[in-house]
Amino acid sequence: MAQKKRVLMLGNLACVHGAIYAGMRFYAGYPITPSTEIAEGCARELPRIGGRFIQMEDEIGSIAAVVGASIAGLKAMTATSGPGYSLMVENIGYAYMTETPCVIVNVQRGGPSTGLPTKVSQSDTMQARWGPHGDFTAITVAPSTISDTVSETIRAFNLAERFRTPVTVLLDEVMGHMREIITLPEPGEIEVLERVRPTCPPEEFVPFERTPNLVTPMPRYGDGYRYIVTGLTHDQMGFTTNKPEEITPKLDKLRNKIENYKEEIIKLRVEMMEDAEIAFVSYGSVSRTAFQAIDIARKAGVKVGGVQLYTIWPFPDKELAELCNRCNKVIVAELNMGQIVNEVRRVLPPDVSIHSLRRYDGEILTPMQLLEKLEEVL
Amino acid sequence: MATAVKQKSDVILQYLRPHKKMPSVWCAGCGNGIIMSAIIRAVDKLGYSKDEVVMVSGIGCSSRMPIYLDFNALHTTHGRALGFATGVKFARPDLKVIVITGDGDALAIGGNHFIHACRRNIDITTILINNAIYGMTGGQGSPATPSGAFSTTTPYGNVEKHFEPCELARAAGATYVGRTTVYHATQMEKMIAGGLAHSGFAFIEAISNCQTYFGRLNRKGDAVAMIKSFKENAVMLGKAKKMSEEELEGKIVIGTLYRTEKTEFCDEYQRVIDSLQGGK
Repeated sequence: MAQKKRVLMLGNLACVHGAIYAGMRFYAGYPITPSTEIAEGCARELPRIGGRFIQMEDEIGSIAAVVGASIAGLKAMTATSGPGYSLMVENIGYAYMTETPCVIVNVQRGGPSTGLPTKVSQSDTMQARWGPHGDFTAITVAPSTISDTVSETIRAFNLAERFRTPVTVLLDEVMGHMREIITLPEPGEIEVLERVRPTCPPEEFVPFERTPNLVTPMPRYGDGYRYIVTGLTHDQMGFTTNKPEEITPKLDKLRNKIENYKEEIIKLRVEMMEDAEIAFVSYGSVSRTAFQAIDIARKAGVKVGGVQLYTIWPFPDKELAELCNRCNKVIVAELNMGQIVNEVRRVLPPDVSIHSLRRYDGEILTPMQLLEKLEEVL
Repeated sequence: MATAVKQKSDVILQYLRPHKKMPSVWCAGCGNGIIMSAIIRAVDKLGYSKDEVVMVSGIGCSSRMPIYLDFNALHTTHGRALGFATGVKFARPDLKVIVITGDGDALAIGGNHFIHACRRNIDITTILINNAIYGMTGGQGSPATPSGAFSTTTPYGNVEKHFEPCELARAAGATYVGRTTVYHATQMEKMIAGGLAHSGFAFIEAISNCQTYFGRLNRKGDAVAMIKSFKENAVMLGKAKKMSEEELEGKIVIGTLYRTEKTEFCDEYQRVIDSLQGGK
């Protein structure tokens, strides 16, 4: 058997590799640090495989083109950073409402506003959940290694297609600009999901039918299913509606098609939690530091374990509560002023003492800082 | 005569979306219906199948049109129709993409997308319904509201200057630019057909009447009076070329104002794909 291909790869380019592996054939974007290498990689690679890259006039146009391309029938992606994501939220909301699969990569930098273009941050964690106005349920994934970045980008596409929804991949400046030697997946090694398309005759097609799993088969333009896609609240036929009896089921569909299948979406890395009395909860690049700190502390005899959230949204309420049921203390480490710590507080029993380790000066959390915090709360 | 009229309405009915409960949101007398029927006749004459036509719009009175027509319909966010349409066309160059927009949608909130779609010369036919006001939100001033005109946000007369959409489109790189009015329904139909057949960005400004707001606030009379004024003030391009600037004051120059052949965006990108894949 031939040896698998090992390459030194930049995080942002690992994201491109994962997207193309997953079948992404359309990219629209606008340059922004620290995400730009994703656009550059797509500009280089997509036309070679018959895909399409377009640099749009701004981020609003970028996500609009991505949604248009997805409805037309291609797997589509855009990448940006906080300021660009802020501009995109209008049409990300449109994608939620119209149930259009697409992937949005946010390589986070410090904010608010233009903030820290070249510095790391995880301060868009809540924006990934609540960016657009209105009620909807979001899916967000966050890798912590370059190898993960390939597989989590593939997973993001699979989730987007499976649930007909936008999926956000949260990277950060460290993840985007770090290089690691990774083994690229062989074709067929990782499952790639395709969009379910209608098989019924067009005259029987109900474009937003509340099917048993709430995900309606989605046709491509040109295939004979001439339906309406609108951001206005619509009934099952796609017609705009103000009827209360139509509005509630539509919004329930957006939520329940995801909430009812959380076990398909939740992905955690769990280390040394069997006997842990204290746990680190982390995600993204901070998880690298967290597991290193856990190793060091374990060697010193501290019963500490770690949970990494590969899936940040929907939040793993039940899973985290079960995993931490033996812990009396939990430390949530993140590169912001404390965003996920409040979710952890919400889902854990009140007798668990929850501590927040925060850093928001554009630098990474070091293992030493985690160990100091551990010592402080012990 | 009666038969001819019947045949014409039969064509229109073929293209209305089945099961859509009418009436439309448009006020009685609104020019949008005339434009919608001109589009239908143009598509019918060109022999396009309904399956290959995608109609994309943003927000506003004009932008409701895709909901009424039996094409692939993409009713998007305010000003962004051309961004979505660019994605559709670039992903599927085989589809015929029509964008319906209004003066507020295309020239204010969507101005950036508009000029860049023109610049790319992507094969999209854009029909801007210009009624010089925001109708759906109740009569506010738009970038097409003439200086001095009244609206609910220019209660003392508009102190701003207005855009000339056709000049803007041409300067930005559109390769087919025309202006017509809802009085000139036959010309409009031909112009739309010409835009659809043209390979590249086609821009058609359809001057329309909003008697409900623009007409009422500016004492322009009812729908009939406003449409009659389009007839009286319209000057064909050929004649306008012989007229002085003073003579053209207050006139509407109609006709295909500009037309040229330039490489189309999707074709050009396909050449890149072919050269890369051929080079393997």
